[in-house]
Amino acid sequence: MLEIKDLFVSINGKEILKGISLEVKAGEVHAIMGPNGSGKSTLAAALAGRDDFEITNGSVTYMGEDLLEMKPEERARKGLFLGFQYPVEIPGVSIVNFLKTALNELRKFKGLEPISASDFLKKMREKKDLVGLTTNLANRSVNEGFSGGEKKKNEIFQMAMLEPRLAILDETDSGLDIDALKTVANGVNNLRRKDNATIIITHYQRLLEHIIPDFVHVLYKGRIVKSSGKELALELEEKGYEWMENETE
Amino acid sequence: MKDSKDQILTEVTKGDYKYGFITDIETDTIPMGLSEDVVRMISAKKNEPEFMLEFRLKSYRHWLTMKMPQWAHLTVPEIRYQDIIYYAAPKQVVGPKSLEEVDPELLRTFNKLGIPLEEQKHLSGVAVDAVMDSISVKTTFRESLAELGIIFCSMSEAIREYPDLVKKYLGSVVPYTDNFFASLNSAVFSDGSFCYIPKGVRCPMELSTYFRINAANTGQFERTLLIAEDDSYVSYLEGCTAPMRDENQLHAAVVEIVALENAEVKYSTVQNWYPGDRNGKGGIFNFVTKRGICKGDNSKISWTQVETGSAITWKYPSCILRGNNTTGEFYSVAVTNNYQQADTGTKMIHIGKNSRSTIISKGISAGHGQNSFRSLVKVVKNADKVRNFTQCDSLLMGDKCGAHTFPYIEVENESAIIEHEATTSKIGEDQIFYCNQRGIDTENAVGLIINGYTREVLNKLPMEFAVEAQKLLQISLEGSVG
Repeated sequence: MLEIKDLFVSINGKEILKGISLEVKAGEVHAIMGPNGSGKSTLAAALAGRDDFEITNGSVTYMGEDLLEMKPEERARKGLFLGFQYPVEIPGVSIVNFLKTALNELRKFKGLEPISASDFLKKMREKKDLVGLTTNLANRSVNEGFSGGEKKKNEIFQMAMLEPRLAILDETDSGLDIDALKTVANGVNNLRRKDNATIIITHYQRLLEHIIPDFVHVLYKGRIVKSSGKELALELEEKGYEWMENETE
Repeated sequence: MKDSKDQILTEVTKGDYKYGFITDIETDTIPMGLSEDVVRMISAKKNEPEFMLEFRLKSYRHWLTMKMPQWAHLTVPEIRYQDIIYYAAPKQVVGPKSLEEVDPELLRTFNKLGIPLEEQKHLSGVAVDAVMDSISVKTTFRESLAELGIIFCSMSEAIREYPDLVKKYLGSVVPYTDNFFASLNSAVFSDGSFCYIPKGVRCPMELSTYFRINAANTGQFERTLLIAEDDSYVSYLEGCTAPMRDENQLHAAVVEIVALENAEVKYSTVQNWYPGDRNGKGGIFNFVTKRGICKGDNSKISWTQVETGSAITWKYPSCILRGNNTTGEFYSVAVTNNYQQADTGTKMIHIGKNSRSTIISKGISAGHGQNSFRSLVKVVKNADKVRNFTQCDSLLMGDKCGAHTFPYIEVENESAIIEHEATTSKIGEDQIFYCNQRGIDTENAVGLIINGYTREVLNKLPMEFAVEAQKLLQISLEGSVG
């Protein structure tokens, strides 16, 4: 589904990612872990197509196509979803309006008619239950006045509504209390299917107690220094990231 | 990063002005320039009674003593008043009795603008007075409104047919000495709409005036007078467009509203004059005086404006809250893109006890646009328990535009409660990217964000026009993200 080969990314001339290679297949859950400043969020943003990053080398193939050639909205329409570390507020725009616009863009891309109002509301109810969202978000403006936890839940809710092929969750667990963490994890687990894949970017391993990854990668100073099964997360938690440094030298 | 920003910026600013065409029609114009003779000529052309000519002449003489105001945050190139044609009228039967008498070319023009003058084709529930250059072309639904005692006609007709009403109210809210542009207008105004709602009548349809400038080198000086008797209600809408021309054209209008006891007047404007091209060439200079007086107790005047056009906008729809328990409202969205400049806002003059006012202003600046909000909230000594709430938000798109606010508050009564809130924000790349990441392209993302930002104001417009205004905002701002 996704194949990253020797990817180098700079921001303002500073090299952040220094040769990342990673392959994600349908049905898999990958966790990317690493300390602050290791380049985790840069990787997420570069894959989503944020334009303040400069790709200086390497290639990314997504569903057989050159991902780096696509505009951010094309990537989204082809099923790539980014759960933001810091979801953005859009005052005055209701979640209903926002999601309906987004969903209809995806449908238009697939050659489908815009969704009817009643189908849309039905879908919203379904997904709200699936994600375990209790508050009535529909009429509130996108992320405006949301608590940290609500913002993250709203990201997962959007993911449920838009049904992506590849979801990249950037630090979705940061700043969450244990209940919110469970809600987020339940959402991700409930949406797990054979034909989609998830990349979870996280600093801590506690989210990985609730979402069991197939692979864990350690990103350190712009490189993936170790890849292994889920047990790697525990090892990291125990030994810290400094241990990685010795490991790589 | 900088390059891609600039590129988006250029892309988004190329939204084209849809109404820039010129109608090729025979026009009756008078020679260029302004003098007492010209004032007399205009009055004669319109067969006006003596009192109107007197009004015009004393206005003209007063105007000669005045200088153009310099306090606005605007850079106005010199306006040569002798190079303007003060009267231009499409040649047609004067005061057409039926649609058959209206020049088909004019009908086509207004159809093209989306303002069909055939009553059966028009949006149900909206009566239109269509004004091209200096004269009213046609007023629809006059007869059905007349059955309720409502007078809705062109200003010229009102002067001839209802001289007593005109004499009583014209200049009563905006005196001919009020300001430079109001004096000029009082001297040379050509047409506009007149509306009178009798006591106890709730006007069953939206009344609207559509202003079109067509002829070259002319100024448009229209005059609107709206009188709402006791216990009456009316909702009024004004729209405007002009052809794309390289030279600037002057538009200096005056609107006066009188609301008597328990009367309510809603006045909405969607201003889409030609704003000039992307380099700031051409466009309308819009210097307008709009003022209403809540004369009777419990009366209410509400101004809603969506200002997207004009090269320069100078406009402060205001309320004099003279009666007790009166309400004044001002809701505004003003957009400046490319090299447009706007200095707009309102005055709320609280004289009556328990009078209240609300001011909501949403400025949007893009390109090299300069957008100023200016307001005065004044509470006189005897006005007890006045309430005012002002909210003034500015949104910036890109890094070459400007937003400025000049709020004035003068309170002479201690019981007044005055609130003022202001915010300045920027449409961030973050917001755009967030939308992009959900599959929404940049153009639609800007539309979505702008609609969210202006929702409070657009909600105040009559339904059909809110939709139009939404589209207009999106077109005006296409591509201006950075």
